[in-house]
Amino acid sequence: MAIKTGKGDVETTSPFAIELQNVCKSFGRVQANRNISLAVENAAIHGIVGENGAGKSTLMNILFGLHSADSGSILIDGKPVEIRSSADAISLGIGMVHQHFMLVPNFTVLENIMLGREGDMLLKDGIASTMRELEELETEYGMQVNPHAKVEDLPVGTRQRIEIIKAIRGGARILILDEPTGVLTPQETDSLFAILRALRARGVTIILITHKLAEIMAITDSVSIIRDGKIVGSRETSKTNSGELAELMVGREVLLRVEKNAASTGETRLSVNGLGLSSNDGQPLLTEITFDLRAGEILGVAGVAGNGQSELMEVFAGMRTFDTGQMEILGDQIDSKHPKHPDSMRKTGLGHIPEDRHQHGLVLNFEASENLVFGFHHTELTGNGLLMDQKSIRSHAETMIERFDVRPANPDLPAKNFSGGNQQKLVIAREMNAEPKVLIVGQPTRGVDIGAIEFIHKQLVALRDKGCAILLVSVELDEILALSDRIMVMNEGRIVGVLDSADATERRIGLMMAGIAKEEAA
Amino acid sequence: MNDFMLQFLLTIDATFRVATPLILCAMAGMFSERSGIIDISLEGKLLAGAFVAATVATTTGSAWLGILCAILASVGFALVHGFACITHRGNQVVSGLAINILASGLTVTIAIALFHQGGQTPPLGRSERFTPLEWPLVETLNQIPAVGSIYRELISGHNLITYIALLAVPVSAFIFYRTRFGLRLRAVGELPQAVDSAGVSVAWLRYRAVIIAGILCGIAGAYLSTAQGAGFVREMSAGKGYIALAAVIFGKWRPYPAFFACLLFGFLEASSARLQGVEIPLIGEAPTQLMLALPYIMVVVLLAGFIGKANPPAAIGQPYVK
Repeated sequence: MAIKTGKGDVETTSPFAIELQNVCKSFGRVQANRNISLAVENAAIHGIVGENGAGKSTLMNILFGLHSADSGSILIDGKPVEIRSSADAISLGIGMVHQHFMLVPNFTVLENIMLGREGDMLLKDGIASTMRELEELETEYGMQVNPHAKVEDLPVGTRQRIEIIKAIRGGARILILDEPTGVLTPQETDSLFAILRALRARGVTIILITHKLAEIMAITDSVSIIRDGKIVGSRETSKTNSGELAELMVGREVLLRVEKNAASTGETRLSVNGLGLSSNDGQPLLTEITFDLRAGEILGVAGVAGNGQSELMEVFAGMRTFDTGQMEILGDQIDSKHPKHPDSMRKTGLGHIPEDRHQHGLVLNFEASENLVFGFHHTELTGNGLLMDQKSIRSHAETMIERFDVRPANPDLPAKNFSGGNQQKLVIAREMNAEPKVLIVGQPTRGVDIGAIEFIHKQLVALRDKGCAILLVSVELDEILALSDRIMVMNEGRIVGVLDSADATERRIGLMMAGIAKEEAA
Repeated sequence: MNDFMLQFLLTIDATFRVATPLILCAMAGMFSERSGIIDISLEGKLLAGAFVAATVATTTGSAWLGILCAILASVGFALVHGFACITHRGNQVVSGLAINILASGLTVTIAIALFHQGGQTPPLGRSERFTPLEWPLVETLNQIPAVGSIYRELISGHNLITYIALLAVPVSAFIFYRTRFGLRLRAVGELPQAVDSAGVSVAWLRYRAVIIAGILCGIAGAYLSTAQGAGFVREMSAGKGYIALAAVIFGKWRPYPAFFACLLFGFLEASSARLQGVEIPLIGEAPTQLMLALPYIMVVVLLAGFIGKANPPAAIGQPYVK
């Protein structure tokens, strides 16, 4: 069949654009990919799902030449190829959109797109031909970008569009996207999918890596499931469903919906009035934040990452003082002149599960048992004397590890040696064990596998039912919708609106995340 | 009036003389640091260059052979730095310090072994040095009042290497902002992953950057011992590499601002030499020691107080691991 590409028509005999045969890859003693065989048809969208650490990204990095496989072979259009570097991959017509954008923030769009394919030494031809290609892409796919804008000034959705342009310019016939929707609003995701469909219609073969099953169902033609470095199944998307895929991913049956009863709310525990915060160079980060949080409810905070949620959490945790307004937490008044230290916040009854567990939640080089008592060094957990009571710390760790099902169940292991999900369980165990009256939770399931997500969600709902007031910040809209009793949407440091979970739909929240008022977004 | 003007011109003239090694080292540091490699070893390469240039010049009698060998020696040190930092992903500050200590010890030791003059090289004769270039028409233009003295003191009569240093600035700026190599170099200092995924070798780019840094430091070293001075003296780099690094930072990793920072530091040094023993109104006679320390004090003050928000290359100091 003939495929139209930027480099002219290529005759191929194989029905498969990509074939991987028995690909193996180890990092030290960890087998990231074991005997992976995979075939992707021409001009199809193929999904690859799997939990974090299952080996999806490793496999794609092998295909793109960033890692080299220990054994196995790769066939492109039926011909065996050797891909030793990304330069090889690019010359074979493979483009990749990485999970973390490969864009130099202080370069212009044009410079970023040119990088690596600049043409002559003095860039003249490079600039001209890139501009011409940009125009072509704009007319063909409606992908509009301003080539002279600086990347750091552009929204995430646009940056991703630049990544796609970078990947497909020069006529790539195979496009790999690694977790492309993690940072997008639902509307941006829709427009990404529209672009992907247009590319498929023009003969581009697409591999989409994701852990979001809804996206697999929405856009792919076929799907492969990876677990523990092995392919555990391949399906035609039309002949499978989310439940089956989740089961294959985890290896057991998973409850995709969170079961919870209606909230029975009590007194107001956190009340915020007109809170404002500016950055050091005077940019407003939070503006006029006003809301109440009551006992026995989960208030979800939705928004695209970087719209003030992080700052909001830091303010509540006492890590940051604010400039204007007041807040009252469990009866204590706090304002800019009377700030409260994280330690006294904690003593008041506040728990904090930070967004970034590596930065703020754990000391990665310390043992699990030590991590489980951080912030509680003057309580009976560690002994009240001058010396720490090692026995008590250890037995506390053993209890926590059992109660929160941390694996491996070894309190002496450094935190960095646990998987993302189990690290998160350590943080959650520490914070929940103190039985907080108010709990601030950020991205509780970021980088956490499906099995652990289910567990963490159950723990949060159980804590709510015990009467804790929970503020849940997450960029995962599904998570917000599944757990929250009320949903507050933030955009550019302001509250766009607060919805009852009964009135919330993905579409409506998505529009509000883009800054459209609650009433208009209905 | 005329006398003041002449004094001023002479100070500016001295500024260029003093700033030459600073400018060359600052451009060297710029290439290295823009590629993501911290270059604290400017000092060591400068010193090694100075020593090798003087040694070769006095042995062979050729200043040109001296500068050539100075470049080779400096590039050698640069490659050691590159090997440690790029290939073996070592700590860039530690590697740089090691090179500085090595250069400081090695130059003196070898100098004593070769020349038995307490770590110096013998004084160089006129043919073993780079001497000031007199431009044509100096005598003719000298007849014209202001233009004549400006032409004589400022434009003509500098050392060849000073002209090279002045030329290095626009050439560096052109390379950084107008060429393929420059685009990739800036990118590799900001986000090496982007360069790698675009199919360009991160290591080779960074090696080329440190080699260029080595070449420029070698030229600067030759200037110290075979142009500005007449022979090698122990520790003759006297912190100039560090001051150049300060100029890079003060200039926020941009060629022209760094160039002006070098001129500023050079001007301070030049005027401190001129102000020694001069009566200053209200203060009285300026103490010599204070005047000599002035450039270094200004480096501290400027870096601490006036730099504002520095935007170093984002990936500086981080070894690239796939």
